[in-house]
Amino acid sequence: MSTRPLSAPDAAVEFYDFDEHDHPDGHSTMLGFWIYLMSDCLIFAILFATYAVLGGNFATGPGPRDLFELPLVALNTAMLLFSSITYGFAMLSMQKNWVGKTQFWLAVTGLFGACFLAIELYEFSHLIHIGATPQRSGFLSAFFTLVGTHGLHVTFGIIWLVTLMIQVSRKGLIQANKRRLMCLSLFWHFLDVIWIGVFTFVYLMGMLR
Amino acid sequence: MTFAPASNPLLPRLGLPLALPPLLGGCSSLVVLSPAGDVAQQQGNLVLMSTLLMLVIIVPVLALTVLFAWKYRAANKEARYDPDWDHSTQLELVIWAAPLLIIICLGALTWVGTHMLDPYRPLGKNAPAESAIAQAKPLEVEVVALDWKWLFIYPEEGIATVNEFAAPVGRPINFKISASSVMNSFYIPALAGQIYAMPGMETKLHAVFDETGEYTGFSSNYSGAGFSKMRFAANSLPEDEFEAWVAKAKAGGGNLDRATYLELEKPSEGDPAKTYATVDPELYNAIMNMCVEPGKMCMHDIMMVDAKGGAGEESIGQTDHLLYDKYAARGTQAGPAHTPETTEDSAPHSPAHNERPQSHSTH
Amino acid sequence: MHAPIPETYSPIFGKLSLDALPLHEPILVATFAVVALGGIAVLALLTKFRLWGYLWKEWFTSVDHKKIGIMYMILGLVMFLRGFADAVMMRLQQAMAFGGSEGYLPAHHYDQIFTAHGVIMIFFVAMPFITGFMNFIVPLQIGARDVSFPFLNNFSFWMTTSGAILCMTSLFVGEFAQTGWLAYPPLSGIAYSPNVGVDYYIWSLQIAGVGTTLSGINLVCTILKMRAPGMTLMKMPVFTWTSLCANILIVASFPVLTAVLVLLGLDRYAFTNFFTNDFGGNAMMYVNLIWIWGHPEVYILILPLFGVFSEVTSTFSGKRLFGYTSMVYATICITILSYLVWLHHFFTMGSGASVNSFFGITTMVISIPTGAKLFNWLFTMYRGRIRFELPMMWTVAFMITFVIGGMTGVLLAVPPADFVLHNSLFLIAHFHNVIIGGVLFGAFAAINFWWPKAFGFKLDTFWGKVSFWCWVPGFYLAFMPLYVLGLMGVTRRMRVFDDGSLQIWFIIAGIGAAVIALGIAAMLIQFAVSIWRREELRDDTGDPWNGRTLEWATSSPPPEYNFAFTPKIHTLDSWHEMKERGCERPTSGFKAIHMPRNTGTGVILSAIALAVGFALVWHIWWLAGAGMLGLIATAITHTFNYKRDYYIPAETVAETEAARTRQLAAATGA
Repeated sequence: MSTRPLSAPDAAVEFYDFDEHDHPDGHSTMLGFWIYLMSDCLIFAILFATYAVLGGNFATGPGPRDLFELPLVALNTAMLLFSSITYGFAMLSMQKNWVGKTQFWLAVTGLFGACFLAIELYEFSHLIHIGATPQRSGFLSAFFTLVGTHGLHVTFGIIWLVTLMIQVSRKGLIQANKRRLMCLSLFWHFLDVIWIGVFTFVYLMGMLR
Repeated sequence: MTFAPASNPLLPRLGLPLALPPLLGGCSSLVVLSPAGDVAQQQGNLVLMSTLLMLVIIVPVLALTVLFAWKYRAANKEARYDPDWDHSTQLELVIWAAPLLIIICLGALTWVGTHMLDPYRPLGKNAPAESAIAQAKPLEVEVVALDWKWLFIYPEEGIATVNEFAAPVGRPINFKISASSVMNSFYIPALAGQIYAMPGMETKLHAVFDETGEYTGFSSNYSGAGFSKMRFAANSLPEDEFEAWVAKAKAGGGNLDRATYLELEKPSEGDPAKTYATVDPELYNAIMNMCVEPGKMCMHDIMMVDAKGGAGEESIGQTDHLLYDKYAARGTQAGPAHTPETTEDSAPHSPAHNERPQSHSTH
Repeated sequence: MHAPIPETYSPIFGKLSLDALPLHEPILVATFAVVALGGIAVLALLTKFRLWGYLWKEWFTSVDHKKIGIMYMILGLVMFLRGFADAVMMRLQQAMAFGGSEGYLPAHHYDQIFTAHGVIMIFFVAMPFITGFMNFIVPLQIGARDVSFPFLNNFSFWMTTSGAILCMTSLFVGEFAQTGWLAYPPLSGIAYSPNVGVDYYIWSLQIAGVGTTLSGINLVCTILKMRAPGMTLMKMPVFTWTSLCANILIVASFPVLTAVLVLLGLDRYAFTNFFTNDFGGNAMMYVNLIWIWGHPEVYILILPLFGVFSEVTSTFSGKRLFGYTSMVYATICITILSYLVWLHHFFTMGSGASVNSFFGITTMVISIPTGAKLFNWLFTMYRGRIRFELPMMWTVAFMITFVIGGMTGVLLAVPPADFVLHNSLFLIAHFHNVIIGGVLFGAFAAINFWWPKAFGFKLDTFWGKVSFWCWVPGFYLAFMPLYVLGLMGVTRRMRVFDDGSLQIWFIIAGIGAAVIALGIAAMLIQFAVSIWRREELRDDTGDPWNGRTLEWATSSPPPEYNFAFTPKIHTLDSWHEMKERGCERPTSGFKAIHMPRNTGTGVILSAIALAVGFALVWHIWWLAGAGMLGLIATAITHTFNYKRDYYIPAETVAETEAARTRQLAAATGA
């Protein structure tokens, strides 16, 4: 290493790529989207940490055992898990270039997502109705923020999904649309993983605590 | 508490054999390096020792920078020019090992020093302040940072002061520190390092004055508009003068009860020093637990309820007794949430006491 | 539960009313008059010379990484003048306010100034500077034609600008935070900061933070995916390496800032209990979280400049960089370690001796790779032929200054020492010592180094030297007294002082600030003089410093496509090798080049984001809601645009390159 690590001094070295090809469209998109997801994951990590710190601060108010209804949450979890499976079907159809089937499974996924949101909103409105508002205690602030941020992500996921369905119907399964569907797929499964964390750490362990 | 002679083999009292302050030309105003308290003195010594240790490597680097910059200037054609020289295993070893060695030394110094000078650690055994050994009984002082002044409560003497602190020289002082509204940092440079003062919490500091004198203390963490003037006199007095000071405070009248405290707590700037002849013995605890106001539930009671999983849905709507300063700064009016202050001193509050069906829920 | 009585705000203007204009503050009125007149003059000139269309087409909507880099630099420079004005006002106040004098600034104004100074210097000066350098240089250094996501790049820039504009708006509409630059609660909570200052703080940082995070993702992808053939990771120039690490840090730390500011915002807007004293909040959590972002941020700022110093030292010593491999590993070590030290910013919170020692020692450990880097620069100079051009002068000034700042930093990492120096002016002196000595001196080195690449002419040396000789002594004059004051137990953020004997030190520091002001003036004159005399200073070779890395292989300024043919890489100093081996510049056989198309979507989205931020600050709910919908609608509309690229025809490339051939022939012939 103390002198220059070159090839043989007289070897004909080419310094320009005369036969180059363009970077294919979206060659970095999947990597970029992955990195974005990791940064998003960090936001959730902070919200989980916040919940871990504040989760026992009830300010003499109600705790998880007073508030959470596991059957409802289990139903909700099922909605999201099913939506992940159906998204998987959509991706399988996409790979076979079946536009109709892809659209069908995307629609089913969107419906499951909407059901998930509806159940979550019902849970939130119930909690707020009985007075368990985010303002009531540190625990409730952390709970609503963590679960609500996830819900907000699902909302944006559904908006994105509808947008993509329109784009697929207009342009078909062109490369750009496939790439976008792949990104949304990552996003959707990512939200599923986050939800499993929420379900475990917030709901299940909250009931056990 | 027993006081054994300091017996740390590595760092006997972290003291430097040489008297350093004179090295600085006797500049007495460098209070951090030549303070009047043993703890601060050792912290100051650590500053100097760490600096000296680092200079071992910093000085050669600075010298080499200047030397190389001069010697290898383009105009100097005499100097050897070796454009392809870019690696030397020996040199690489040295440049990683040299800082590593310094950091190992400094790390050891840090570990020992940090434990020895931990503000939570009582003075005495293997700890600072051998000078305090003669004094068996530490002075207890409760400190509260208010907007924007300092309250000192001497529970054993039964007096309280505002913006004035005094302690007998040579007697260990045990500070318990809290705050009413926002975070401050309690710092008397002549006495010992600082520690944050935070509402609803208690921090501790152990220190001792070695010399008599008039010093200054202040908040060293910005806390709002009146922060600059949040200063107090910190006097180190001979034992008899301290007793005279206490006696004067006792004769001076004034009673710091809860109502007076709530009045005192209101934001103000540049308050003159003030003393109270008597003080509610439960006041500090109530301040720390954020329940000075009548009808408020104390922090430790809240935490006890929370440790049992909260009080369930029945208590959802009851929050007036929990409200401290969420909507408005301490000592300012904030709509209907602020209960009118009464002058009567109420008993310590238990959860049962507070869980009376009181306010209606707004939800 | 009782919320405070909701004040009745106007449904149209929210909290905003004419009272928000600081008409009672003469300093602000005068500043506003100057800014307004200057602004009108600029707008008038732009209109007169019909530059609007040109600016919009060629700059604002441009996705060219070079132009975006330059725009970042301009943003940083403008904000630097504002941040420095704040500094001068503080120095003046502190030099005056003794012995009962209140100085000339009331607390309400002074407290905003030191908060704004910190926020602006970190977020809107240092960050745009480093993002600007990385944007401009990295694609050139790795032989790429643009970044991975050119549109996102433009969007990131405009989001950063929107954040800066929102922050500046607070000067004339309402107020800025009076909390210190990290806005610790409970002080920054709604109870203790009931006005809009902290809201301005939150939203300007959130908007700019989106830009920073996206730009980080973009550059990480660019470096990982778009390197020229043959450029393995261990053949990347050091600046690219440090940029990679800095951007990884951005991606892995800015979301923390985003999250923690969201929580603070929820406390303020929705009365949640994250950082409140009562109802189970925990203010200490904020301090921890914000420093989990804050300490990596320090290394985000300094790492790219370490890269700059490496390039400059090697180039001007005419020598290969000493210890490239250890330089790279040192950078990686710093990147990882920067996450393990955050607690050293608050040893005095009472975490206990073992926790404090742990964080103290991890902090010291960072000084080992940093020290190794310093030695590497030293031994790069060793047996070199050092040309003391301006970039190298700044580098030597950096090495000397940074060593001192590093030493005081390690000192502050010793917890017992920190107990007596924390929050003191010693701390202020320390971090200005490393930020000015490291980041700013590095930025000045980089500006002088790469200016010819960006514009095709060198910067004037005389005024550059005047600036240097004002800045460096001015820095010492301004900050060494603060070390002394810190050892006297003087704390930071003080507005008035009792002890008259301290005044002399503040006066010296004030004189130092004045000398720095001369340095800044000289630098602005340097830019102006250089632009004026650009024909004399012109560099046609594209390689004015006898550079070593790929950015010097193309013309100055580089063509839109950077390289007509993508270079192939064989060694670390690839351009140096190409020169040594007499590599011929290709003059024929050009092909059409695939490039991204400009778009105005970034400007539009950021303008809407600015409106939303303003609306949220002033509780103008209809505007906030409409703006949010507008953001989503614009973003969706943008995704319906599938035509985002175009080809530069081969003939155009051939013409450009032919012109370059003539230029080179003239330059070497002359």
